[in-house]
Amino acid sequence: MKLKPEILNRGEAVSLALRELYHSYGYRTYRMSKFEPYDLYAQNRSFVAGENLLTFTDTNGRLMALKPDVTLSIIKHYRGGQQKVCYTESVYRDTGSAREFREILQTGLECIGEVGLYEQCEVLTLAAESLGRISDEFILDVASVGLVAGLLAATDAGGETKEALCGLVREKNAHTVRSLCAARGIAQETARVWEALASLYGGAQTLLPTLQGLCLNREMERACGELSQLCSALGAGQKPVRVNIDCSIIRDLRYYNGLVFKGYVPGVHDAILSGGRYDNLVKKLGKQAGAIGFAVYLDRLEELEGGERRPDADVLLCYGGAAPEAALEAARALRAQGMSVRVQKAPDEGRYGRVIQL
Amino acid sequence: MNPIHIALPKGRLGERVYERFERAGYGCPAIREESRRLIFENGETGVSFFWVKPSDVAIYVERGAADLGVAGSDILQEYAPDVYELLDLGLGRCRMCVAGKPDFRDDTARPLRVATKFPKIARAYYSSLSREIDVIRLGGSIELAPLLGLSDVIVDIVETGNTLRANGLVVIEPVLEISARLIANQAAYKFKNEAVAALCRALERAGNGAG
Repeated sequence: MKLKPEILNRGEAVSLALRELYHSYGYRTYRMSKFEPYDLYAQNRSFVAGENLLTFTDTNGRLMALKPDVTLSIIKHYRGGQQKVCYTESVYRDTGSAREFREILQTGLECIGEVGLYEQCEVLTLAAESLGRISDEFILDVASVGLVAGLLAATDAGGETKEALCGLVREKNAHTVRSLCAARGIAQETARVWEALASLYGGAQTLLPTLQGLCLNREMERACGELSQLCSALGAGQKPVRVNIDCSIIRDLRYYNGLVFKGYVPGVHDAILSGGRYDNLVKKLGKQAGAIGFAVYLDRLEELEGGERRPDADVLLCYGGAAPEAALEAARALRAQGMSVRVQKAPDEGRYGRVIQL
Repeated sequence: MNPIHIALPKGRLGERVYERFERAGYGCPAIREESRRLIFENGETGVSFFWVKPSDVAIYVERGAADLGVAGSDILQEYAPDVYELLDLGLGRCRMCVAGKPDFRDDTARPLRVATKFPKIARAYYSSLSREIDVIRLGGSIELAPLLGLSDVIVDIVETGNTLRANGLVVIEPVLEISARLIANQAAYKFKNEAVAALCRALERAGNGAG
């Protein structure tokens, strides 16, 4: 089957290009059910973005939910060994400020089983190549939740203050971090590190030495060491992958451990790619394995649409009073020349390359 | 190079914020001229400004129509937009307070009726005190609510306290310190990082010792 590329919208084209990319790395397509038992999501509510789920009762009386997330289903079906899968699926979530359910098309991949330096490099390389398939210009930001986990352990404060500090770092709100630390009597050395996490952003090469100087304990040192190893492995070779360090990427420590990352392309207002290492989630679901993956939010590509408007058809053929046979034949002949032809009795307001009156 | 698009809040605060940008070397002379234009660009400094309703600034920035914007911390707390908060400009300082009649006494045997334009801030404040409340969301003239018995107290912005005094109300307790904050769209912060960082440094320098 041959398709003209212009027939695909950007989301479809990107989703196919990404599937091709993931298959070239040996990831197998994984197709899943549109819904799962409600319990699966209810028990991991904060992993699934948004509080509300679209639920319904199955014919046998079981409460089901339209899937708000793909990763949980993939882990649930994990049977051991090395699993490398990719998917393109719709998920149903209540979205941010509008508080409305939306169908969100996402594509992505998961690597479950052995996850070492190689696997992390592979997944980050695939993340960078995915962004490269969407736009020539892109940014891939990485961080390690180990840094925050270590810093939380070194911070002498109550749970509420720690949660507030994490929220402020996510906002890059260094000035309020400073005042909150002062108000809660947090040691100056620790406060300085919180403030740095909120404000540091830039190329891995320049920032890693600074980050190393901020480590307060073994856990932070280990996280920093892992990031350095990863960045130097990615930076080597013929096609180095350049990443930025952004410590404001903080995820829920109950699910994530180690590497977390986000990708951006110009013209899309928020991250279009998001991923990380989530061994803790796999453990929580009762399985023993490492896991890393990411999702690309294809619906955000709609922001890149617009501007160029393609014609509805190359030719509008108006048959007026002519016989149907003549119209059918004329249209067939034009289509045989590779043109798209719309046939109707009289012209209208549509956009056409040209109009032919029979 | 792509300019940095900046959304400023219309009104007195916006003008003081613009003066800060001007002092920082990011002025745009056209903005001072009487005109019906909505967008003002300065090719030399690489910035463009536009005025929007103060409560809309965060939306423009979150959605990426503006790279940067200036919004009050009250709006940021209430709507919690997904943006970066880069600087406290220290302008437009005021307080969010609980206010009521001078003889107000909290009757803890029932939920407290709170009239406000800021339901999320009010809920968060009283939840931190474990006090059950009944939020009455109003669009304006909040001071009327306790006078007519619609609510026990109000949670509202207090600048000079004149409106409260004129209506025989008093501040019962402060809830939140408010000032203007520089916010950034997350993607724009990444793609225009050098220019944004330089602008932040200049704004900070221009703000030192000035109000």
